[in-house]
Amino acid sequence: MAYSEKVIDHYENPRNVGSLPKDDVNVGTGLVGAPECGDVMKLQVKVNPATGVIDDAKFKTFGCGSAIASSSLATEWLKGKTVDEALAIKNTDIVHELSLPPVKIHCSVLAEDAIKAAIADYKKKQQSDAKLTAVGSQPSAQS
Amino acid sequence: MAIKLPIYMDYHATTPVDPRVLEAMTPYFTQHFGNAASRNHPFGWEAEEAVEKARKQVADLIGANAKEIVFTSGATESDNLAIKGVAEMYREKGNHIITAVTEHKAIIDTCKRLEKDGCRVTYLPVQKDGRISLDALKAAITDQTILISIMAANNEIGVIQPIAEIGAIAKEKGILFHTDAVQMVGKVPFNVNDLKVDMASLSAHKMYGPKGVGALYVRRRNPRVLLSPIIDGGGHERGMRSGTLNVTGIVGFGKAAELCKQEMAVEGERLRGLRDYLNDKLHKSLDEIYINGSMEHRLPHNLNISFAYVEGESLLMGINDVAVSSGSACTSASLEPSYVLKALGAGDDLAHSSIRFGLGRWSTKEEVDYVADKLSSVVTKLRDMSPLYELAKEGVDLSTMVWQTEGH
Repeated sequence: MAYSEKVIDHYENPRNVGSLPKDDVNVGTGLVGAPECGDVMKLQVKVNPATGVIDDAKFKTFGCGSAIASSSLATEWLKGKTVDEALAIKNTDIVHELSLPPVKIHCSVLAEDAIKAAIADYKKKQQSDAKLTAVGSQPSAQS
Repeated sequence: MAIKLPIYMDYHATTPVDPRVLEAMTPYFTQHFGNAASRNHPFGWEAEEAVEKARKQVADLIGANAKEIVFTSGATESDNLAIKGVAEMYREKGNHIITAVTEHKAIIDTCKRLEKDGCRVTYLPVQKDGRISLDALKAAITDQTILISIMAANNEIGVIQPIAEIGAIAKEKGILFHTDAVQMVGKVPFNVNDLKVDMASLSAHKMYGPKGVGALYVRRRNPRVLLSPIIDGGGHERGMRSGTLNVTGIVGFGKAAELCKQEMAVEGERLRGLRDYLNDKLHKSLDEIYINGSMEHRLPHNLNISFAYVEGESLLMGINDVAVSSGSACTSASLEPSYVLKALGAGDDLAHSSIRFGLGRWSTKEEVDYVADKLSSVVTKLRDMSPLYELAKEGVDLSTMVWQTEGH
């Protein structure tokens, strides 16, 4: 199969490979796919709590070149976007940018799922953190 | 010595025509172009003589009589002829066929078609090492069993089945035994009488001959195997395969068989040495790599390894100046990972991570060094990029993890 130049570029020079501290309350982690399906993507975003803007994004992907390129491109696009802007990224944007053939569209779908999962995780953490802060602010009986 | 890129290490898929084979073929395109079936002029006689010489060369390679060789268009046709031919000819005797799950698609799909036509087929599972269990074979035999078809050596993992033992069981029970011997013949000794094989499929292009020509060995004595033809016409090849003979292809096939017979022993040992060297080198530089299938019962020029936590297609992309193949779903037309590797029970993830190396007549140590070094660096790079490798290093048991797979 012939790959597009952009897929090859992302495969050879993947942007933002790595991991962010997953316990950080400002980091959202999405892990999608399954090894037996041949694709697993981990995508992480670090959101600036003051501005709601994604400061950093990292990925690690087990999958074909198109899956690696889709997640690499996604991290590139995520940086500097607000959480809401990030949620507006569609898999078809990735297909278009990387010129993915029909058999590789699932790679872009997985990347979109990974973005959504990472942001959902971030939002969940923010909510439970807010709850914790609320609970923590009440003087406990023992103190 | 400078290495010429890309490197070909996919000799199970096909092999280049040996220049000596091409040389033997050339005159039969333009000079001796006759139809081997033309009985009344020298053009036909020359062609027939060349075909008969090749028939003998192919027969000699497998210890058969020349009259037992039926030329076909290739091994897929040979497999079809053997199975469909027996099923139709012996219909009154029974309708049960035994084969295995790791067979080539030419066998599996032929059997699936026959199932629609009223045959019953048992697909034997394989053990972890890729071989069938002889006890399971014996248990599968019924009074309706007319044919056992088990390949000699597997095209993906190179695992050699216990052919002689299967042949003995078939003989004892009075059942015909066919073997797809495409990957084995010409590479290691294969004798139809020692192995008690009744039919064997062969292919020229897997043994340095041209594409588009193959043969079916059909035993003539003890027992005499009868086949219904699947192609009707002028009654060529003792009525078993009509159609004008591919004289140039057959001449090339014969020459290729002769060369294999002469060179097999030395070539096999040389390739075994190279294969073991490749295997050692990969094991020294990488952890968590797994050989698929038995190393003991294996073709000397085959290696099939799963590189855990790395997906096969991305691996191939990283070694794009090396021609090998992968069991990964992404590299197959079906988008399913290799059914052969799945049958070994190693798990789909390891099937996705597999690479098949096929060494051959022109493989060199320099090429093996290049491939091993390149693979090690690409696997290391991809593992640094792999969430599975990261999880495994954190001590997470991937097999018990719940994966989010909605819609995939």
